[in-house]
Amino acid sequence: MADLRSNLAGIASPNPFWLASAPPTNSGYQVMRAFEAGWGGVVWKTLGTPIVNVTSRFAGMNYKQNKMVAMNNIELITDRPLDENLSEIAKCKRAFPDRAIVASLMEVCERDAWRELVKRVQEVDIDGFELNFGCPHGMSERGMGAAVGQHPDLIARVTEWVVEASRVPVVVKLTPNVTDIRFPARAAARGGAHAVSMINTINSIMGVDVETWNPIPHVDGKSSHGGYCGPAVKPIALNMVNDCARDPEVGIPISGIGGVETWQDVVEFLLLGASNVQVCTAVMHHGFRIVEELADGLNRYLDARGIESVAEIVGGAANRITTWNNLNLNYKIVARIDQSACIHCNKCYIACEDAAHQCIDRVRQPGGSTNLVVDEGHCVGCNLCSMVCPVDECIEMVRVDTGRPAQSWKERAAAMGEVG
Amino acid sequence: MAAPVPSLGEPFHRPLTHLEVKLEANRCLYCYDAPCMNACPTHIDVASFIAKIAAGNLAGSARVIMDANPMGASCARVCPTDQLCEGACVYKKEDTPIRIGDLQRYAVDAAMRDGTRLFEAGAPTGHTVAIVGGGPAGLSAARDLRRMGHAVTIFEAREMLGGLNTYGIVPFRLPIETALWEAEQVVELGAQVRTNVRVGRDLAMDALLAEYDAAVLACGMGGVPQIGIPGEELAGVWDALEFIERVKLGRGVGALGSRIAVIGAGNTAIDALTCSRRIARQAGAGGGEARVTMYYRRGERQMSAYGFEYEFAKQEGIEFRFFCAPKRIVGEGGRVKAIEFVRTRLETSEGGEAAVPVSGTEFVEPIDTVVRAIGQSRLVETFDRLGIAHDGGVVRVDENLQTTRPGVYAAGDCIFAKGTREAMVVEAAEQGKRAARSIDTYLRRGA
Repeated sequence: MADLRSNLAGIASPNPFWLASAPPTNSGYQVMRAFEAGWGGVVWKTLGTPIVNVTSRFAGMNYKQNKMVAMNNIELITDRPLDENLSEIAKCKRAFPDRAIVASLMEVCERDAWRELVKRVQEVDIDGFELNFGCPHGMSERGMGAAVGQHPDLIARVTEWVVEASRVPVVVKLTPNVTDIRFPARAAARGGAHAVSMINTINSIMGVDVETWNPIPHVDGKSSHGGYCGPAVKPIALNMVNDCARDPEVGIPISGIGGVETWQDVVEFLLLGASNVQVCTAVMHHGFRIVEELADGLNRYLDARGIESVAEIVGGAANRITTWNNLNLNYKIVARIDQSACIHCNKCYIACEDAAHQCIDRVRQPGGSTNLVVDEGHCVGCNLCSMVCPVDECIEMVRVDTGRPAQSWKERAAAMGEVG
Repeated sequence: MAAPVPSLGEPFHRPLTHLEVKLEANRCLYCYDAPCMNACPTHIDVASFIAKIAAGNLAGSARVIMDANPMGASCARVCPTDQLCEGACVYKKEDTPIRIGDLQRYAVDAAMRDGTRLFEAGAPTGHTVAIVGGGPAGLSAARDLRRMGHAVTIFEAREMLGGLNTYGIVPFRLPIETALWEAEQVVELGAQVRTNVRVGRDLAMDALLAEYDAAVLACGMGGVPQIGIPGEELAGVWDALEFIERVKLGRGVGALGSRIAVIGAGNTAIDALTCSRRIARQAGAGGGEARVTMYYRRGERQMSAYGFEYEFAKQEGIEFRFFCAPKRIVGEGGRVKAIEFVRTRLETSEGGEAAVPVSGTEFVEPIDTVVRAIGQSRLVETFDRLGIAHDGGVVRVDENLQTTRPGVYAAGDCIFAKGTREAMVVEAAEQGKRAARSIDTYLRRGA
């Protein structure tokens, strides 16, 4: 069994699986259940001045038979009094002293208000703070959440106030609703944050009911944009995590959030630079029990590779991401179709014919059947055919030797410059 | 060890392809407190093992299965899933249920293929337990007792472990390799095995109990009893279990002729029917197809074979004759030549439904081979010899599966009461687990 212990900027937990600040961490009852199931840490549902919520709060994005490939929400921060939350936090911490409990905070941008909140919350034995500069709906209209996260100078200033008053590590949670995530992340680092977490949810409208014209979800016929999350946002999150992981001006650990549901998702976030992960949507879909398979799958993965601790893979593939102009122009792959596995749906053919480079031929066989055959000379190795193929092992992208040494655009441009 | 075993043609059930597995595993809803889990006598966490398949964690999936059910590989092949997990699937109402048995087989087959080590023995407790019988119930008890750290010795009367899984189920439904792999899992945990030892004959029960702190009786049942009609001593009259065993071990059953009769209508009867049909077909090149017929004294509705087994037999070309009972087997030169049957009808009385012969309806069928498959006899004398209280050969146990002898527990076919449902491998496995838990409690109490 590999060592799954994780440490985010001094916040230790027995495994890298945390619950994100969200509905599953709303109460002590839920957090106790989560810890019993095996979660390594939780970020408690954001504390602040209690708010009033609307009803009808969530909407799911389905893709054909798949439910909840994403969801959005217009729920706000905790709607329960601070004292109630704090007494429950204390109970959970006493019952599970080895787990991490991080308090998510949100306040108006006033130094005294923040200092007062930090002071009160750290009276209970919490392991860290997470500053919610990410919520894109509701609270942002009141100058909080993403409204702070979209202004690097505000991020730096509020972070400073908190770090100054805090006895525990401070994590800044960032909104993805910005042009370049590195700027707010750098601001957090400048303000003294010990780590950043990303991504919070993405501005979204889930849909409109075409019969009633009500937005989805709607509150008495109206809605506001909500925060989008779940498996569909993972690629956006991975990019932002990696952008920050590779940026020397950020330079602090990252907690990765966005669509984590399987142990493979966890490995991907860690490889691209996250020190741990936070999960919400998958739990909203399936319950706390999913953590058993996250741990089992990750353990077996590490054991099979002889990797002793999860910390060893953090950032392992971070530098595999680079700029386009560093990619090898002379690397070539082509599609190979395994005729014995092909079920003749012709999806690859029409995808290539209409949307790629017209290099799959339908070749009639003596028996009257048709084989799909790749014209390797014209195949550009785009992957589209293998992506649309419903049979996993049927279309393989195979490397072919171009006989040319590796050369990037940068090198090529430089060489041409020398020639020119 | 096992001789090379003929598979006798196409398996009853082909394994799923990778594509089918992907579609099926992702179709599973991952229900909470899932009905499929609750329908399984061993409570396999089906949603979890399927989610693990979907997540590419086959070793983890196999562990979930085998943790709950030490006979998880056999059960994936022989369980009446339509009556158990798949019958309870929430999809059943409006769609086809998830193919749970086939997915289970996929995950366990991967573990078998990869040689994955699934469990470890527990820290030694210093206690010793004797297991009498190395079939599904005994192996399950032994497996869990080893995981709890108790020293275990299995006493098996036969040459190989596995019981009816090894010897009594036709190879195209349950290959011998599968049964032996399950036994091997138990042996690898450090269970000692003494084969060719029959407790009560080669070793007295008292001697056994003097040496061990506790025991599990898991000796199953006996052979198929005589029908009780003239002619049963003739050559060409078989006990179905002996017949299946010879086929499974590749020891041959000789020429079966062109007319084969199986008497009885349970799952073993179906096995005898389908395998004799396949043997006759393989042997019968040149001649006409052998006619293989089931004769049953009651009707289709009263058959104890599972519905899917009956369907399978129909597809294999078996013929069925209901409401007829054999009166005598007619021989010629010491060999079976024909059977005289009499028609029956069901009569309902206080004791239930009985098949009653209708006089004057006798008819004779030319038959070359007869296979008796009318259930199994009870080991009445054995239990008497062992000093274990029983009711007509059914070992008496309390709610913890303890027999009337303190420290002696019983599980599997030897405690299946008459008139209850079909003895299933999965039930035997669960009882083995329960017996292990009871013994663990008994030993830790400081017996």
